Amino acid sequence: MTPAVDPGVAPGPSLGVGSRSRAHRGQTFAFGALGFGTMLIVAPVLWFFGYVVYHGASQISWTFLTQPPNAIDASGGIFPAIVGTLYLMVGTVLIAMPLGIAGAIYLTEYAGHSPIVRLIRLAIVNLAGVPSIVHGLFGLGFFVLFVGGSIDAFVLHASRPVWGQPCILWGCCTLAVVILPIIITSTEEALLAVPSSFREASLGLGATKWHTIRRVVLPAALPGVLTGAILGVGRAAGETAPVMITCAASFMPTLPRGLNDQAMLLPYHLYFVVTQVPNPSLGLQSGIALVLIALVISINASGIFLRMRARRARKW
Amino acid sequence: MASPKRGFKERAVEGVVFSGGMASIVLVVLIFLFVLKEAMPLLREYPLIRFLTDRGWQPTLAAPEGPWFGLMPNLWGSFLVTAGAVALSVPLALSTAIFTSEVAPGWLRDMLKPLVELLASVPSVAIGFVGAVAINPLVKDLFGLDTGKSAMAGSIMLAFMAAPTIATIAEDAINAVPRSFRDGSLALGATRWQGIASIVLPAAKPGILAAVMLGVGRAVGETMVVIMVTGNAGVLPDKGLWYAFTHSVRTITGTIGAEALEVANGEPHYRALFMLGVVLFTITFILNAIAHYSLGKGDRRAQA
Repeated sequence: MTPAVDPGVAPGPSLGVGSRSRAHRGQTFAFGALGFGTMLIVAPVLWFFGYVVYHGASQISWTFLTQPPNAIDASGGIFPAIVGTLYLMVGTVLIAMPLGIAGAIYLTEYAGHSPIVRLIRLAIVNLAGVPSIVHGLFGLGFFVLFVGGSIDAFVLHASRPVWGQPCILWGCCTLAVVILPIIITSTEEALLAVPSSFREASLGLGATKWHTIRRVVLPAALPGVLTGAILGVGRAAGETAPVMITCAASFMPTLPRGLNDQAMLLPYHLYFVVTQVPNPSLGLQSGIALVLIALVISINASGIFLRMRARRARKW
Repeated sequence: MASPKRGFKERAVEGVVFSGGMASIVLVVLIFLFVLKEAMPLLREYPLIRFLTDRGWQPTLAAPEGPWFGLMPNLWGSFLVTAGAVALSVPLALSTAIFTSEVAPGWLRDMLKPLVELLASVPSVAIGFVGAVAINPLVKDLFGLDTGKSAMAGSIMLAFMAAPTIATIAEDAINAVPRSFRDGSLALGATRWQGIASIVLPAAKPGILAAVMLGVGRAVGETMVVIMVTGNAGVLPDKGLWYAFTHSVRTITGTIGAEALEVANGEPHYRALFMLGVVLFTITFILNAIAHYSLGKGDRRAQA
């Protein structure tokens, strides 16, 4: 029963409901509880980033970023893992972008409201919700064993696995499936943001539908499309489970020489060092985690920055 | 369509774009079929009823005692870890969503939203790493255990994987409630909290349900975190819930992730891991479908 003014009171006339009424004390309590709940999320998140930076920052050096790891205790550097992750990011987006953009164009420009669209949307939601380890099993069963195995057996007649083994190509294909929903959703959003008057003007001038999409709609939507690709790449860089059974090598000091080579990857390297290397130093583990987190967050941040700038620069 | 050539090109593009649209459907079906295809031969050597009811998972135990490919210990572990994560993350994430959208002043909201997005973009393996080096020892010391690798540590870390998903989607749902609902409730003399609790939240319920379902899906399907902090060994709860919660558990995802690298292609153990994949796919498919239809219902209501 404190006479202090309740900070949570709504502005405006309170119609005879006094600030010390039960309702207002209930509000103070509820808002306090909500704030406390929020704190319980915020504080550990800040602690998490602090922990990784505090233990990992001293590990970061030119040697760490440019040298291969030592075979015995994984000390030394993480260069092959960085390169492998970059390869995988590029390959993944090259596969996923054409497919995702085509899908988004179909949904926004061609499909209308047919029942098949509802089915496609349900499929996209479910594809986005497939657990990453199931993507990994699919990649192993479909890309590595079925597609790769078939190439080996029927095309190359190889006695030893050439394509029927975990490698960069199948890792990229698997990750492309993982990021496809991200690319479709953000491309679709970008295409929908292009005003229909643009399309009508172009069609009115005699352009065909595809001509309109290619010359008018897609250029106008380009920043949004790129944002989707960047967010997809960010996701691909941090995923572990889909690639650990379709691509990742636990130790490989030389760089991969071809698409059918395995590659070291940053996320898998972190997993490997934490769980398989005997008594790894906390600095080494935190250093790998720090590089991985910094990579993923800077990719995502640039995507979000691009989207913000595009929204502000929009001329319509 | 001036010339036939142009018409052909238009139709070709339409075909390409249509296949892009169908890719999602084809991929979802392919994922299910190929995981199922690799799993089915297991049933020739290990009957379905045994897979569903056996109480042990001992894939390398030699005959005649083994091997055991029981779903139950895996399912129980996934359930226990997910239930703990949901109990922890749903109240906190919903608090964050309500606080951010309804209570926090503008400047605080502008700080909270990026922080939640930041958490969402952290790779799961990094969260698992911090769980393994910081939370496992903490759990071990707090409860005087032999090892901190436990369902509890898994739940704590998974809560942080699920929280951004739940908070973001729930916040969207709360923001989608029209301002007039809040104004009307204030005009009738209700406090802001009364308006939130009795008008805004009920109106946002389908979206909040979807948020929770997707959060549960995220927790059930998360692999790296549980591999790194739960120990990947466990049996059914014969010694009570608290004992189970503070000791190592075996989850569906953890078993697949930890053992998939060790198995030879085509042996029963390999088939059994794919069979676990079929179960996992089915669980998350149901959760996602509920979330999808729940969100659709919310949209229709908002339009009405």
